[in-house]
Amino acid sequence: MNDFLLIFRRDANFDAQLTPAQMQEVTKPWQDWMGSLAAQNKLADSGNRLATDGKVVKPGSIITDGPYVEVKESIGGYIVIRASSLEEAAELSKDCPILATGGNVEVRQILPMQR
Amino acid sequence: MQQDQLIPHLYRTEYRKIIAVLARLFGFEHIQIAEDIASDTFLLASETWGKTRLPDNPAAWLYTVAKNKAKDYLKHNAIFNEKVATQIKNEIQQTEDVEIDLSEESINDSQLQMMFAICQPLIPAEAQIGLALRILCGFGIDEIADAFLSNKETINKRLFRAKEKLREQNVKIEFPDSKEINKRLDTVLLTLYLLFNEGYYSSSGNTNLRRELCLEAMRLNYLLIQNHATDLPIVNALFSLMCFHASRFDARMDKDGEIILYDDQDSSLWNDELISRGTYYLVRGAKGPQLTRYHIEATIAYWHTQKQDSPEKWDNVLQLYNKLLILEYSPMAALNRTYALAKARGKAEAIIEAEKLTQLADNHLYHSLLAHLYTGIDQQKALQHLQSALKLTKNQAEKNRIKKNIEELEN
Repeated sequence: MNDFLLIFRRDANFDAQLTPAQMQEVTKPWQDWMGSLAAQNKLADSGNRLATDGKVVKPGSIITDGPYVEVKESIGGYIVIRASSLEEAAELSKDCPILATGGNVEVRQILPMQR
Repeated sequence: MQQDQLIPHLYRTEYRKIIAVLARLFGFEHIQIAEDIASDTFLLASETWGKTRLPDNPAAWLYTVAKNKAKDYLKHNAIFNEKVATQIKNEIQQTEDVEIDLSEESINDSQLQMMFAICQPLIPAEAQIGLALRILCGFGIDEIADAFLSNKETINKRLFRAKEKLREQNVKIEFPDSKEINKRLDTVLLTLYLLFNEGYYSSSGNTNLRRELCLEAMRLNYLLIQNHATDLPIVNALFSLMCFHASRFDARMDKDGEIILYDDQDSSLWNDELISRGTYYLVRGAKGPQLTRYHIEATIAYWHTQKQDSPEKWDNVLQLYNKLLILEYSPMAALNRTYALAKARGKAEAIIEAEKLTQLADNHLYHSLLAHLYTGIDQQKALQHLQSALKLTKNQAEKNRIKKNIEELEN
């Protein structure tokens, strides 16, 4: 088993438009999906959400406001799952609720540091 | 009370008090002395009470004898005096002045401090539970062996090694300071939780003993609630969980000690008093931002005290199992989540989720669950899973139940 980082990208404007009640409705599929991963003992870290605002630091002490290239591709959060291969990790990401709202999941294997 | 019942009864209630107070006096490294004095005291009681008439206040008699034995020990044991008496609290100038305080307050303090001394991550959990049963609950070695489905020799060895380890690490019988208390409390609560579960879920056939394990876990938990510094939300949440579970004591076992499943329980046997206590402590536990597994499990247990089945109930239970699993995986939580999913959203959706739990393929409960889900949808598959469950279980009562299910399905 290896650990894989799942990076959730979506349109940053989407969350901002939600009412608290809609937010509640959005949360439930996430709990179901993560609960399902956890029931398979494949959730390694329940991760975090990220604030939409950010800054980008470039050489020469240049600091610009994020987000970056495309608001539509803003990173909304991440989790870490356990899988036997990159293919399995991608398969497990198919039910991720981010897909239902036009977002996507980037799947990357975590390579532990050699110390 | 008959005299032949009196001494075992007093042993259960007073032995642990004498030990806790004496051990605090002598220090953990000399806990054996405290145990010997307590045992000698009961030996003397059983020898003399039979010959003469009973003392008017048997508990006070025991305390006096234990105190005198402790003072004698301090006075006469030269080695002990040299090595230890000087280390015992500085204020003790002469052994005659030693104050052995067996008041309720001193006993409770001693028991609390002893709880923190025993519940240390440096000894295995089952050794912590064993020591708690012996020292904090006054259980005999044979009873502990019975509870663990083990033998006296193994338990004696286990407890001896654990005490050695605690001695080597120079464990003190004292209350942790406020900075450390949360971390130390986690271990104490886990031990109480496991002690309760040992009673609630153990396969030991001795139902009285099992119930007593649960009640002891509740008594110790309640001591923590009564103490201001440890009366924290997490402590209340665990107590609430125990109350809800304990409310089903009378309903969950038949007269032969066999488990009656939740769906088949006579809910008029549920204890309303304990249910309302559980609710009271759940509310007390909800103060503050911390949401622990005890909070989640207590809330699930709360929903199970609601007799009426409703989609709302099961959707709540499902979401709670999701939270519990995200916090910490366990096979039981994975199975229960799937059961709740079937109740909330139907068997078809639950079957898809259940088939993903391949890590549980050698767990008989997993196959029992799949059989339950397939019943009425695919009888052939239901039967296959019951047969797998039958092969995997070792428990005879469980086998009988599965065989009954197979018969029902075949007819």
